[in-house]
Amino acid sequence: MSASGCFHCGQPLPVEAVTVRVDDEDRLVCSEDCARTAALIDARGLTEFYRFRTGPTAAGEATEVAAGRWQAYDRRALQREFVSTDADGSQRAQLLVQGVRCAACSWLIENALGALPGMRSVRVDPVSTRATLHWNPAQLQLSEVLAQLAHLGYTPIPYTEDAGDRAARLEQRAALKRLIVAGLGMMQVMSFAVALYFGAWRDPQIESFLRLISLLVATPVVFYAGAPFFRGAWHRLRVRALGMDVPVALAVGGAWAASVWNTLTGAGEVYFDSATMFVFFLSAARYLEMTGRHRALSLTGALAHHLPRVATRLVNGQPQAVGTMELQAGDRVLVAPGAVVPADGVLASDSARLDESLLTGESLAIRRQRGEPVVAGSLNQEQGLELVVTRVGADTVMAQITRLVGDAGARKPRLVELADGIASWFVAAVLLLAAVVGYAWWQWQPDRAFEVVLAVLVVTCPCALALATPAAFTVATAALARRGFMVRHRGALQSLSRVSDIVFDKTGTLTDGASGVSAVEPAGQVSADDALAIAAALESRSEHPLARAFPPPDPALAVDAVNAVPSAGLEGRVNGRCYRIGTRTFAAAPGGDPAAQEQFPAAPDRVVYLGDQDGLIARITVDERPRQGAAGVLTELAARGLRLHIFSGDQPGPVEAMARQLGMEHWRATLRPEDKLAAAAQLQADGRVVAMVGDGINDSPVLAGADVSVAMGEGTSLAQHSADCVLMSDSLEPLATAVHVARRTMRVVRQNLVWAVVYNLVALPLAAAGALAPWMAAIGMSASSLLVTGNALRLTRAAAPRRRMVQVDRPPTAESAPAKACCKGTARAAS
Amino acid sequence: MTIIYVLIPLGLLLLGAAVWAFFWAVRNGQFDDLDTPAWRILMDDDQKPPPKG
Repeated sequence: MSASGCFHCGQPLPVEAVTVRVDDEDRLVCSEDCARTAALIDARGLTEFYRFRTGPTAAGEATEVAAGRWQAYDRRALQREFVSTDADGSQRAQLLVQGVRCAACSWLIENALGALPGMRSVRVDPVSTRATLHWNPAQLQLSEVLAQLAHLGYTPIPYTEDAGDRAARLEQRAALKRLIVAGLGMMQVMSFAVALYFGAWRDPQIESFLRLISLLVATPVVFYAGAPFFRGAWHRLRVRALGMDVPVALAVGGAWAASVWNTLTGAGEVYFDSATMFVFFLSAARYLEMTGRHRALSLTGALAHHLPRVATRLVNGQPQAVGTMELQAGDRVLVAPGAVVPADGVLASDSARLDESLLTGESLAIRRQRGEPVVAGSLNQEQGLELVVTRVGADTVMAQITRLVGDAGARKPRLVELADGIASWFVAAVLLLAAVVGYAWWQWQPDRAFEVVLAVLVVTCPCALALATPAAFTVATAALARRGFMVRHRGALQSLSRVSDIVFDKTGTLTDGASGVSAVEPAGQVSADDALAIAAALESRSEHPLARAFPPPDPALAVDAVNAVPSAGLEGRVNGRCYRIGTRTFAAAPGGDPAAQEQFPAAPDRVVYLGDQDGLIARITVDERPRQGAAGVLTELAARGLRLHIFSGDQPGPVEAMARQLGMEHWRATLRPEDKLAAAAQLQADGRVVAMVGDGINDSPVLAGADVSVAMGEGTSLAQHSADCVLMSDSLEPLATAVHVARRTMRVVRQNLVWAVVYNLVALPLAAAGALAPWMAAIGMSASSLLVTGNALRLTRAAAPRRRMVQVDRPPTAESAPAKACCKGTARAAS
Repeated sequence: MTIIYVLIPLGLLLLGAAVWAFFWAVRNGQFDDLDTPAWRILMDDDQKPPPKG
């Protein structure tokens, strides 16, 4: 695949490939853009990039385009949003860099930008695709930096760290510090505990010294590293609930307090080792869980800005670059080809072709005429257009949809956490029992009462219970993350295990946005293959989005005199014959054969007609193709007893075709975002547990409203923000794995809980009867915890064998093998 | 065995130093990105001197 593709971007090479010298070797690239970018990388001496990158990269912008486009970022009003100035006048900013795939990309950017005079430091984090810049504005303008990035084929987006990201970073650091304290402290206390267990040289003085030292080390572990448990328990108690943190806090606090008492009085046992070990294991489990969650968040939060920061305003007919937030209703704004419309408005140009897929999910661009409304967030697909702004900022349609998402999220039905529910009852029972036992012993043998109550608390120390759920969820979350499925919170796995219906969006979810030719119907003497070859040859000269659906042209066909007729199609000569391709009326040349015309009645969109001098010769249907392997995944999900639906904003025709192709019975078309939400709510009202898989902004409300939602990793960030899970892979395959693992996880959780409860039912009466020494209780507790953790670890394997099974279903084609390897490499580099 | 009255406090001092060193590293963002540095070492920085300007 890579041998025949473009050296830089990996796309198929056209007939007239461009040659570029990289590292003193001639390389073939597909376009001047790629050639320029590769030459730039070569000139900077950074060709190592090509050896270490894990996948193809985009071509850079032309110099003159790039310079003008970023100029506006030098404006003070705009910079105020995301640039900070140090005391010495140097400036700092963070950028999100689109197109960063792996560590090689970040290396390239760091070295290329670092070589600019005036640049103090550049750091690029390939995981969050965030670049941190520090430069001297006297020597270097920000626009130069941005333009340089654009030359290299990356798209910079100014980034302001929002409160959530900042909190996540601080939380992560604090948790890491606690983990370090707990780990180091635990090791120390353990070594003293070993000495104590062995009798500490039978010297009471040394014994009390070791206890005192243990107290010294264990205290920060319990109160610094264990602080979140105490805080969590306190929050729970304040709202009159008993959560998992309450028994943990009670056990750790109780063991610590009893040990302190025994240390000071020189009697009984100390449990510093148990307390620190408990804190460390729980902190480690929570830390792992948190890093997974943050990683998913930072990946998805990376593209938080949809609207451009810069707009071109016409002031007295002169274009002027301004910040989008400076726009007001009534302003005239220019939108360049390929740019995103910055505000809602009315079209002031004659006509425009806009891709509104971000908002509507409609995959075909829409033609708007003068005076028709244009919404912010849509992509201008043709020549530059002019519009009169009507609504900006929070009033735009896009902002309204965003708000809809927030509302739906607040209404979301949350399943009560199973383990937390059990734990509350269990904890209540233990506390009650401890009180009763303590009272009984107080009446009978007051001097043993404290010891027995402590034994009860330690033996029932809900290690197993506290670990039962988080251990299983952490292992499952980590295993799924490795398979490309990010779970953003625990409840999601639980909901996923109970899902009865999965709703898919069509464009970008079941399909990957790419389209292909699905049918060629020839007429007369032309064969289907010939018709397709002619059409492909003509379309290879077109920039129209539909043209991408056609296969690469046959180099043997001579194409010339190709002429694009706006809103109609293309005409041109192939091997000396004149052909027209496009709309029906256009392709059927005047005076053509009416019989052929009747053979092809007018059809809905996504159909192009091919004609020659004598009239129509073929009808070609272009359709979206399902994602690779989608059918297999859907079959597997259906085999697991799930009902599958398509909810699409698209027209009924293509939706039905897709549903039939994938063997799905339930589909609904032309749904607006609020309709999708209503349809999902309808399912929920019927008692179904609904999972939604989507990618676009139009899916965001329903993603937020579904019981559990999965956003596509390549989808829009708004969708990912409102989703519980993110599918980081190009294929839907991890979804099937996730459903499987989620069910297994809940089974393991239930096993663990049953074990913990059974263990407690056996040990508790013994402890209450005063038959258990605290050391026996400690051993029982540890063994029980180990068993529970070991059981949870089996989930790692639950995720693995799925891969082999699914791969067998798919015929191993020569093409899919390297693509697979490449994806795996990317995933590893990014994780 | 009175030596342990010296050795254990010494051990605690080392523990304190280790905790301080870790805290310093965390504060300086040493643990923020654990992936890139492993790759960076594979790539030569100075194949060709980048042109000035």
